[in-house]
Amino acid sequence: MKTCLVVDDSRVIRKVARRILEDIGFEIAEASDGVEALAWCRAAMPEAVLLDWHMPIMDGLEFLKQLRKEPGGDRPTVVFCTVENNIERIREALACGADEYIMKPFDGDIIVTKFAEVGLA
Amino acid sequence: MRVEDRELVAQLCAARAGVRVDVEKTYLIESRLGPVARREGFGSVNDLLTTLRARREDRLAWGIVEAMAHGETAFFRDREPFALFRDEVLPTLAKLRGGEPVRIWSAACASGQEVYSLAMVIEDERARLPGLKVELFGSDLSERQLEKAQSGLYTQFEVQRGLPIRQLVRHFEQDDEMWAISPRIRQMVRWRRINLVADLSTAGRFDVIFCRYVLSSLVEPMKTRLLENLARALGPEGFLFLGRDETATGLGDAFQPVQGRTGLYARNPAFRVAA
Repeated sequence: MKTCLVVDDSRVIRKVARRILEDIGFEIAEASDGVEALAWCRAAMPEAVLLDWHMPIMDGLEFLKQLRKEPGGDRPTVVFCTVENNIERIREALACGADEYIMKPFDGDIIVTKFAEVGLA
Repeated sequence: MRVEDRELVAQLCAARAGVRVDVEKTYLIESRLGPVARREGFGSVNDLLTTLRARREDRLAWGIVEAMAHGETAFFRDREPFALFRDEVLPTLAKLRGGEPVRIWSAACASGQEVYSLAMVIEDERARLPGLKVELFGSDLSERQLEKAQSGLYTQFEVQRGLPIRQLVRHFEQDDEMWAISPRIRQMVRWRRINLVADLSTAGRFDVIFCRYVLSSLVEPMKTRLLENLARALGPEGFLFLGRDETATGLGDAFQPVQGRTGLYARNPAFRVAA
Protein backbone atom coordinates (compact mmCIF):
# COMPACT_ATOMS: atom_id res chain seq x y z
CA MET A 1 0.00 0.00 0.00
CA LYS A 2 1.24 3.48 -0.83
CA THR A 3 1.68 5.98 1.94
CA CYS A 4 0.70 9.63 1.79
CA LEU A 5 2.01 12.00 4.43
CA VAL A 6 -0.58 14.69 5.14
CA VAL A 7 1.11 17.84 6.46
CA ASP A 8 -1.21 20.53 7.79
CA ASP A 9 -1.45 22.41 11.08
CA SER A 10 -5.23 22.05 11.03
CA ARG A 11 -6.47 18.80 12.53
CA VAL A 12 -9.76 19.20 10.64
CA ILE A 13 -8.03 19.48 7.26
CA ARG A 14 -5.87 16.45 8.05
CA LYS A 15 -8.97 14.48 8.91
CA VAL A 16 -10.82 15.50 5.73
CA ALA A 17 -7.78 14.75 3.57
CA ARG A 18 -7.25 11.41 5.31
CA ARG A 19 -10.78 10.30 4.51
CA ILE A 20 -10.48 11.25 0.82
CA LEU A 21 -7.05 9.67 0.36
CA GLU A 22 -7.91 6.48 2.24
CA ASP A 23 -10.81 6.04 -0.18
CA ILE A 24 -8.38 5.91 -3.09
CA GLY A 25 -6.17 3.40 -1.35
CA PHE A 26 -3.53 5.35 0.54
CA GLU A 27 -2.22 4.64 3.97
CA ILE A 28 -2.05 7.96 5.80
CA ALA A 29 0.63 9.44 8.02
CA GLU A 30 0.09 12.87 9.57
CA ALA A 31 2.33 15.77 10.54
CA SER A 32 1.37 19.24 11.75
CA ASP A 33 4.43 21.18 10.62
CA GLY A 34 7.51 20.89 8.41
CA VAL A 35 9.89 19.69 11.13
CA GLU A 36 7.60 16.85 12.11
CA ALA A 37 7.08 16.02 8.44
CA LEU A 38 10.81 15.90 7.80
CA ALA A 39 11.25 13.52 10.76
CA TRP A 40 8.64 11.24 9.19
CA CYS A 41 10.41 11.29 5.85
CA ARG A 42 13.78 10.48 7.37
CA ALA A 43 12.27 7.47 9.14
CA ALA A 44 10.14 6.22 6.22
CA MET A 45 9.99 8.05 2.91
CA PRO A 46 6.35 8.20 1.74
CA GLU A 47 5.22 7.88 -1.89
CA ALA A 48 3.22 11.10 -1.68
CA VAL A 49 3.02 14.25 0.43
CA LEU A 50 -0.02 16.50 0.67
CA LEU A 51 1.49 19.73 1.89
CA ASP A 52 0.11 22.89 3.47
CA TRP A 53 2.16 26.06 2.98
CA HIS A 54 1.61 28.31 6.00
CA MET A 55 2.46 26.40 9.19
CA PRO A 56 4.29 27.25 12.42
CA ILE A 57 7.91 26.20 13.07
CA MET A 58 8.71 25.20 9.47
CA ASP A 59 6.45 26.10 6.56
CA GLY A 60 5.63 23.92 3.58
CA LEU A 61 8.02 25.52 1.12
CA GLU A 62 10.98 25.25 3.51
CA PHE A 63 10.05 21.61 4.17
CA LEU A 64 9.95 20.93 0.42
CA LYS A 65 13.40 22.46 -0.14
CA GLN A 66 14.83 20.36 2.72
CA LEU A 67 13.06 17.22 1.55
CA ARG A 68 14.48 17.43 -1.95
CA LYS A 69 18.00 17.52 -0.44
CA GLU A 70 17.46 14.36 1.65
CA PRO A 71 18.64 10.98 0.40
CA GLY A 72 15.66 9.59 -1.56
CA GLY A 73 13.89 12.91 -1.10
CA ASP A 74 13.42 13.31 -4.83
CA ARG A 75 11.07 10.32 -4.89
CA PRO A 76 7.87 11.46 -3.13
CA THR A 77 5.28 13.18 -5.28
CA VAL A 78 4.50 16.44 -3.52
CA VAL A 79 1.11 18.09 -3.89
CA PHE A 80 0.66 21.45 -2.22
CA CYS A 81 -2.74 22.07 -0.64
CA THR A 82 -2.94 25.63 0.63
CA VAL A 83 -4.87 28.91 0.70
CA GLU A 84 -1.87 30.51 -0.99
CA ASN A 85 -3.19 31.27 -4.49
CA ASN A 86 -0.82 33.95 -5.74
CA ILE A 87 0.45 32.88 -9.14
CA GLU A 88 4.03 33.94 -8.39
CA ARG A 89 4.06 31.87 -5.22
CA ILE A 90 2.67 28.90 -7.14
CA ARG A 91 5.49 29.27 -9.68
CA GLU A 92 7.96 29.39 -6.80
CA ALA A 93 6.54 26.18 -5.32
CA LEU A 94 6.82 24.41 -8.69
CA ALA A 95 10.38 25.66 -9.12
CA CYS A 96 11.24 24.22 -5.69
CA GLY A 97 10.06 20.77 -6.71
CA ALA A 98 6.29 20.60 -6.12
CA ASP A 99 4.53 18.26 -8.56
CA GLU A 100 0.96 19.53 -8.28
CA TYR A 101 -0.85 22.29 -6.46
CA ILE A 102 -4.29 22.55 -4.89
CA MET A 103 -5.78 25.86 -3.78
CA LYS A 104 -8.09 25.71 -0.77
CA PRO A 105 -10.99 25.32 -0.50
CA PHE A 106 -10.92 21.92 -2.15
CA ASP A 107 -13.20 18.92 -2.39
CA GLY A 108 -12.65 15.20 -2.86
CA ASP A 109 -12.99 15.47 -6.60
CA ILE A 110 -10.17 18.01 -6.86
CA ILE A 111 -7.80 15.92 -4.73
CA VAL A 112 -8.58 12.74 -6.67
CA THR A 113 -8.14 14.36 -10.10
CA LYS A 114 -4.95 16.16 -9.06
CA PHE A 115 -3.52 12.88 -7.72
CA ALA A 116 -4.52 11.17 -10.97
CA GLU A 117 -2.78 13.95 -12.88
CA VAL A 118 0.55 13.03 -11.28
CA GLY A 119 -0.04 9.29 -11.63
CA LEU A 120 -0.97 8.57 -8.03
CA ALA A 121 -4.61 7.49 -8.38
CA MET B 1 -44.83 20.93 -10.40
CA ARG B 2 -47.64 19.27 -12.33
CA VAL B 3 -46.87 16.36 -14.61
CA GLU B 4 -48.38 18.27 -17.58
CA ASP B 5 -45.88 21.05 -16.97
CA ARG B 6 -42.98 18.66 -16.84
CA GLU B 7 -44.21 17.03 -20.04
CA LEU B 8 -44.43 20.43 -21.70
CA VAL B 9 -40.79 21.08 -20.80
CA ALA B 10 -39.74 17.66 -22.09
CA GLN B 11 -41.59 18.16 -25.38
CA LEU B 12 -40.11 21.59 -25.89
CA CYS B 13 -36.57 20.33 -25.32
CA ALA B 14 -36.99 17.28 -27.55
CA ALA B 15 -38.56 19.23 -30.40
CA ARG B 16 -36.18 22.16 -30.45
CA ALA B 17 -32.84 20.61 -29.64
CA GLY B 18 -33.39 16.86 -29.34
CA VAL B 19 -32.59 17.10 -25.65
CA ARG B 20 -33.99 14.33 -23.47
CA VAL B 21 -35.66 15.41 -20.23
CA ASP B 22 -36.79 12.80 -17.72
CA VAL B 23 -40.27 13.93 -16.59
CA GLU B 24 -39.79 12.02 -13.31
CA LYS B 25 -36.96 14.34 -12.30
CA THR B 26 -39.09 17.10 -10.85
CA TYR B 27 -36.35 18.48 -8.67
CA LEU B 28 -33.89 18.75 -11.57
CA ILE B 29 -36.42 20.51 -13.78
CA GLU B 30 -37.39 22.97 -11.04
CA SER B 31 -33.82 23.76 -10.09
CA ARG B 32 -32.86 24.40 -13.72
CA LEU B 33 -35.92 26.52 -14.51
CA GLY B 34 -35.91 28.56 -11.28
CA PRO B 35 -33.16 30.89 -12.52
CA VAL B 36 -34.89 31.24 -15.92
CA ALA B 37 -38.15 32.26 -14.22
CA ARG B 38 -36.37 34.81 -12.04
CA ARG B 39 -34.40 36.22 -14.94
CA GLU B 40 -37.54 36.64 -17.01
CA GLY B 41 -39.37 38.33 -14.14
CA PHE B 42 -41.77 35.54 -13.15
CA GLY B 43 -42.70 34.81 -9.55
CA SER B 44 -42.32 31.06 -10.02
CA VAL B 45 -41.59 28.28 -12.50
CA ASN B 46 -45.35 27.69 -12.68
CA ASP B 47 -45.96 31.28 -13.81
CA LEU B 48 -43.25 30.91 -16.42
CA LEU B 49 -44.84 27.78 -17.85
CA THR B 50 -48.36 29.24 -17.75
CA THR B 51 -47.17 32.15 -19.86
CA LEU B 52 -45.37 29.79 -22.19
CA ARG B 53 -48.58 27.81 -22.74
CA ALA B 54 -50.50 30.98 -23.52
CA ARG B 55 -48.00 32.34 -26.01
CA ARG B 56 -45.07 30.33 -27.32
CA GLU B 57 -42.54 33.08 -27.10
CA ASP B 58 -39.29 32.01 -28.71
CA ARG B 59 -37.11 33.69 -26.16
CA LEU B 60 -38.82 31.95 -23.23
CA ALA B 61 -38.85 28.61 -25.01
CA TRP B 62 -35.15 28.77 -25.83
CA GLY B 63 -34.33 29.97 -22.32
CA ILE B 64 -35.93 26.79 -21.01
CA VAL B 65 -34.28 24.49 -23.55
CA GLU B 66 -30.85 25.99 -22.94
CA ALA B 67 -31.22 25.66 -19.18
CA MET B 68 -32.24 22.01 -19.50
CA ALA B 69 -29.51 21.19 -22.03
CA HIS B 70 -26.81 22.52 -19.72
CA GLY B 71 -24.31 19.77 -18.88
CA GLU B 72 -21.27 19.54 -16.69
CA THR B 73 -17.88 20.33 -18.12
CA ALA B 74 -14.25 20.41 -17.03
CA PHE B 75 -10.83 21.17 -18.43
CA PHE B 76 -9.28 18.07 -20.04
CA ARG B 77 -12.35 16.05 -19.16
CA ASP B 78 -11.41 12.31 -18.99
CA ARG B 79 -7.80 13.23 -19.92
CA GLU B 80 -7.23 10.38 -22.43
CA PRO B 81 -8.99 12.02 -25.42
CA PHE B 82 -6.72 15.04 -25.09
CA ALA B 83 -3.61 12.83 -24.93
CA LEU B 84 -4.86 11.00 -28.03
CA PHE B 85 -5.46 14.34 -29.75
CA ARG B 86 -1.96 15.57 -28.82
CA ASP B 87 0.00 12.40 -29.57
CA GLU B 88 -1.78 11.00 -32.63
CA VAL B 89 -4.58 13.03 -34.16
CA LEU B 90 -2.93 16.45 -34.27
CA PRO B 91 0.48 15.30 -35.66
CA THR B 92 -1.24 13.10 -38.25
CA LEU B 93 -3.49 15.89 -39.48
CA ALA B 94 -0.71 18.47 -39.38
CA LYS B 95 1.30 16.30 -41.77
CA LEU B 96 -1.72 15.55 -43.95
CA ARG B 97 -2.72 19.20 -44.26
CA GLY B 98 0.77 20.46 -45.07
CA GLY B 99 0.59 24.23 -44.89
CA GLU B 100 -3.21 24.32 -44.76
CA PRO B 101 -4.89 24.94 -41.41
CA VAL B 102 -6.22 22.01 -39.39
CA ARG B 103 -9.81 22.90 -38.57
CA ILE B 104 -11.03 21.84 -35.13
CA TRP B 105 -14.54 22.20 -33.75
CA SER B 106 -15.64 21.85 -30.15
CA ALA B 107 -19.35 21.20 -30.67
CA ALA B 108 -21.35 21.97 -27.53
CA CYS B 109 -18.41 23.68 -25.87
CA ALA B 110 -20.51 24.93 -22.93
CA SER B 111 -18.48 27.43 -20.89
CA GLY B 112 -15.39 26.81 -23.02
CA GLN B 113 -13.26 24.41 -20.97
CA GLU B 114 -13.03 21.84 -23.77
CA VAL B 115 -12.07 24.20 -26.57
CA TYR B 116 -9.56 26.03 -24.38
CA SER B 117 -8.05 22.69 -23.36
CA LEU B 118 -7.51 21.97 -27.06
CA ALA B 119 -6.06 25.44 -27.58
CA MET B 120 -3.58 24.89 -24.73
CA VAL B 121 -2.53 21.52 -26.16
CA ILE B 122 -1.95 23.13 -29.58
CA GLU B 123 0.02 26.01 -28.08
CA ASP B 124 2.17 23.60 -26.05
CA GLU B 125 2.84 21.43 -29.15
CA ARG B 126 3.88 24.21 -31.51
CA ALA B 127 7.59 23.64 -30.97
CA ARG B 128 7.17 20.00 -31.99
CA LEU B 129 5.00 20.79 -35.02
CA PRO B 130 6.73 23.64 -36.84
CA GLY B 131 4.54 25.43 -39.36
CA LEU B 132 1.35 24.09 -37.74
CA LYS B 133 -1.71 26.14 -38.64
CA VAL B 134 -4.94 25.67 -36.76
CA GLU B 135 -8.43 27.10 -36.84
CA LEU B 136 -10.36 26.49 -33.67
CA PHE B 137 -14.11 26.84 -33.30
CA GLY B 138 -16.38 26.64 -30.28
CA SER B 139 -20.13 26.36 -30.55
CA ASP B 140 -22.96 25.89 -28.13
CA LEU B 141 -26.73 25.97 -28.08
CA SER B 142 -26.71 28.54 -25.30
CA GLU B 143 -25.79 32.19 -25.84
CA ARG B 144 -25.25 32.58 -22.12
CA GLN B 145 -22.75 29.73 -22.08
CA LEU B 146 -21.00 31.19 -25.13
CA GLU B 147 -20.71 34.55 -23.42
CA LYS B 148 -19.06 32.95 -20.43
CA ALA B 149 -16.79 30.94 -22.71
CA GLN B 150 -15.73 34.03 -24.63
CA SER B 151 -14.96 35.92 -21.44
CA GLY B 152 -12.36 33.27 -20.60
CA LEU B 153 -12.94 33.91 -16.89
CA TYR B 154 -13.11 31.00 -14.47
CA THR B 155 -13.47 30.58 -10.73
CA GLN B 156 -10.73 29.02 -8.64
CA PHE B 157 -12.94 25.99 -8.36
CA GLU B 158 -13.32 25.66 -12.13
CA VAL B 159 -9.59 25.94 -12.86
CA GLN B 160 -8.98 23.07 -10.48
CA ARG B 161 -11.32 20.76 -12.35
CA GLY B 162 -8.95 18.82 -14.60
CA LEU B 163 -6.45 21.57 -15.30
CA PRO B 164 -2.84 20.63 -14.43
CA ILE B 165 -1.16 23.34 -12.36
CA ARG B 166 1.62 23.91 -14.91
CA GLN B 167 -0.93 24.70 -17.56
CA LEU B 168 -2.68 27.06 -15.17
CA VAL B 169 0.48 29.09 -14.53
CA ARG B 170 1.47 28.97 -18.20
CA HIS B 171 -1.85 29.97 -19.75
CA PHE B 172 -3.80 31.95 -17.15
CA GLU B 173 -3.52 35.27 -15.39
CA GLN B 174 -4.97 36.21 -12.04
CA ASP B 175 -7.90 38.62 -12.24
CA ASP B 176 -9.12 39.48 -8.73
CA GLU B 177 -10.93 36.40 -7.49
CA MET B 178 -11.04 34.90 -10.97
CA TRP B 179 -8.59 33.29 -13.36
CA ALA B 180 -8.45 34.67 -16.90
CA ILE B 181 -7.21 32.61 -19.81
CA SER B 182 -4.39 34.41 -21.62
CA PRO B 183 -5.39 36.58 -24.59
CA ARG B 184 -3.12 34.47 -26.80
CA ILE B 185 -5.23 31.36 -26.11
CA ARG B 186 -8.53 33.21 -26.12
CA GLN B 187 -7.87 34.74 -29.52
CA MET B 188 -7.29 31.32 -31.06
CA VAL B 189 -10.99 30.46 -30.82
CA ARG B 190 -13.93 31.63 -32.92
CA TRP B 191 -17.43 31.26 -31.53
CA ARG B 192 -20.89 30.60 -32.86
CA ARG B 193 -24.29 29.52 -31.59
CA ILE B 194 -25.17 26.20 -33.22
CA ASN B 195 -28.06 23.81 -32.63
CA LEU B 196 -26.49 20.47 -33.50
CA VAL B 197 -29.71 18.76 -34.53
CA ALA B 198 -30.80 21.59 -36.84
CA ASP B 199 -29.53 22.10 -40.37
CA LEU B 200 -25.73 22.14 -40.20
CA SER B 201 -25.05 22.63 -43.90
CA THR B 202 -23.59 26.08 -43.26
CA ALA B 203 -21.46 25.05 -40.29
CA GLY B 204 -18.37 24.43 -42.41
CA ARG B 205 -15.95 21.55 -42.90
CA PHE B 206 -13.70 20.29 -40.11
CA ASP B 207 -10.82 17.88 -39.59
CA VAL B 208 -11.59 17.18 -35.95
CA ILE B 209 -14.89 17.41 -34.09
CA PHE B 210 -15.11 17.07 -30.34
CA CYS B 211 -18.75 16.31 -29.56
CA ARG B 212 -18.59 14.74 -26.15
CA TYR B 213 -21.57 13.92 -23.94
CA VAL B 214 -24.12 15.30 -26.38
CA LEU B 215 -25.15 12.03 -28.00
CA SER B 216 -26.05 10.49 -24.64
CA SER B 217 -28.18 13.50 -23.73
CA LEU B 218 -30.46 13.24 -26.77
CA VAL B 219 -33.80 11.53 -27.39
CA GLU B 220 -33.40 8.38 -29.50
CA PRO B 221 -34.69 9.68 -32.86
CA MET B 222 -32.26 12.60 -32.78
CA LYS B 223 -29.13 10.53 -32.16
CA THR B 224 -28.79 9.29 -35.74
CA ARG B 225 -29.58 12.76 -36.99
CA LEU B 226 -26.80 14.27 -34.87
CA LEU B 227 -24.25 11.77 -36.20
CA GLU B 228 -25.30 12.35 -39.80
CA ASN B 229 -25.05 16.08 -39.27
CA LEU B 230 -21.56 15.71 -37.82
CA ALA B 231 -20.52 13.39 -40.66
CA ARG B 232 -21.51 16.07 -43.17
CA ALA B 233 -19.40 18.63 -41.33
CA LEU B 234 -16.38 16.33 -41.09
CA GLY B 235 -13.80 16.01 -43.86
CA PRO B 236 -13.22 12.51 -45.30
CA GLU B 237 -9.99 12.07 -43.30
CA GLY B 238 -11.39 13.66 -40.19
CA PHE B 239 -11.91 12.37 -36.67
CA LEU B 240 -14.82 12.57 -34.24
CA PHE B 241 -14.38 12.34 -30.48
CA LEU B 242 -17.37 11.14 -28.47
CA GLY B 243 -17.74 10.91 -24.68
CA ARG B 244 -16.31 8.02 -22.73
CA ASP B 245 -19.43 5.83 -22.62
CA GLU B 246 -20.93 7.03 -25.87
CA THR B 247 -20.97 4.96 -29.05
CA ALA B 248 -21.97 5.55 -32.65
CA THR B 249 -22.48 1.82 -33.12
CA GLY B 250 -26.06 0.97 -34.02
CA LEU B 251 -26.88 4.57 -34.89
CA GLY B 252 -26.81 4.71 -38.67
CA ASP B 253 -23.69 4.12 -40.74
CA ALA B 254 -22.05 7.55 -40.78
CA PHE B 255 -19.13 6.61 -38.52
CA GLN B 256 -16.92 3.68 -37.71
CA PRO B 257 -14.83 3.32 -34.56
CA VAL B 258 -11.06 3.67 -34.78
CA GLN B 259 -9.80 0.31 -33.47
CA GLY B 260 -8.16 0.41 -30.08
CA ARG B 261 -8.95 4.10 -29.54
CA THR B 262 -11.84 4.54 -27.12
CA GLY B 263 -14.28 7.25 -28.14
CA LEU B 264 -12.55 7.99 -31.44
CA TYR B 265 -14.47 7.66 -34.70
CA ALA B 266 -13.73 8.13 -38.39
CA ARG B 267 -16.09 8.71 -41.28
CA ASN B 268 -17.38 5.53 -42.84
CA PRO B 269 -16.15 5.70 -46.47
CA ALA B 270 -19.35 3.92 -47.53
CA PHE B 271 -21.52 6.65 -46.02
CA ARG B 272 -22.77 8.93 -48.75
CA VAL B 273 -23.42 12.49 -47.72
CA ALA B 274 -26.81 13.54 -49.02
CA ALA B 275 -26.70 16.64 -51.16
